[in-house]
Amino acid sequence: MSNPVSHCLAGAKAASPLLVGVIPFGLICGAICVSVGMPEWGASAMSVIVFAGASQLVAVQLMAEHASLAVVILTALVINARHFMYSASIAPHFEGISPLRKVFYSYLLTDQAYAISFARFNEADGGVVNKGSYYVGAALTMWGGFNLSTLIGAYTGAVIPPEWDLDFAIPLTFAALVIPAVKDRPALLAAVVAGVISVAASPLPFNLGLMTAAVAGIATGYISERRLSNG
Amino acid sequence: MVDMMKYWPMVLGIGIGTFIIRYSFILIIDRVTLSDEVRRMLRFIPASVLSALMVPAVLLHKNGVTTFAGWERVLAALVAIGVAWKTRNIMATIASGMVALWGFQALM
Repeated sequence: MSNPVSHCLAGAKAASPLLVGVIPFGLICGAICVSVGMPEWGASAMSVIVFAGASQLVAVQLMAEHASLAVVILTALVINARHFMYSASIAPHFEGISPLRKVFYSYLLTDQAYAISFARFNEADGGVVNKGSYYVGAALTMWGGFNLSTLIGAYTGAVIPPEWDLDFAIPLTFAALVIPAVKDRPALLAAVVAGVISVAASPLPFNLGLMTAAVAGIATGYISERRLSNG
Repeated sequence: MVDMMKYWPMVLGIGIGTFIIRYSFILIIDRVTLSDEVRRMLRFIPASVLSALMVPAVLLHKNGVTTFAGWERVLAALVAIGVAWKTRNIMATIASGMVALWGFQALM
């Protein structure tokens, strides 16, 4: 029952609703790159090479403010540091795959591809999933949606009227992903602590608030789980 | 305006750096054994990181200065969270949140 194509399609199908959040984000990303003087091909190539929208937006804005190259690169990498955690979290599911596939899977790792795949692998029947195929299906859906919408955004400019507030689809995407991840009380505590600290720590520079909040959430979940299991 | 002389160093620097971050643990997983303790911590990554991405994006508006984004966003997010809880459906969650936002904006 491990037909790779069907598992790939299942991953793509599970990820496809997230395109509602990814497409406006890509359009905004492409439009902003061009608005600060990047050629259309430059906006598109950046999305294909970096493939991490939030860090791209920040990097382009810093570039426009003539920040030094080192500051631009380091800031973007700190924003993307959460991918260390995704890599560590999903790596056990990719144990033993070929080196070339590891490179390909790593390039495709995003918030959405990670969250969709990790949730599916941890379901009761997650063991029957062809993990690589499922992940590739979900991740390529995000890749195609993001890069195509960046391209369209770069060539058409601001196609979405700002008063539609389509940027709100992005936190809604995270809401849709976080609720299924809250399976028990320790996970709920982790989410609440991370959410509260992320707001309190948001003035921290370089997006360090996000990492602080994530680490506090993970520690909370881990400690509360131990307390529950010990008595 | 962006100085295009810096374009390739910038894009390749961020691109390669981000790839290395993503590759790190996937690369070494066959050579290291994660302890049970570490595996138990990894379980809380989705709930923690996604929540830390979501909550400021709902509450705060960053445009040079950080300000409160408005009650209609908070209420719309609560509607979406409720729908997510009940349906576990991504499409329904995003759609209900957007419709709720437009509804609250029309009312408030």
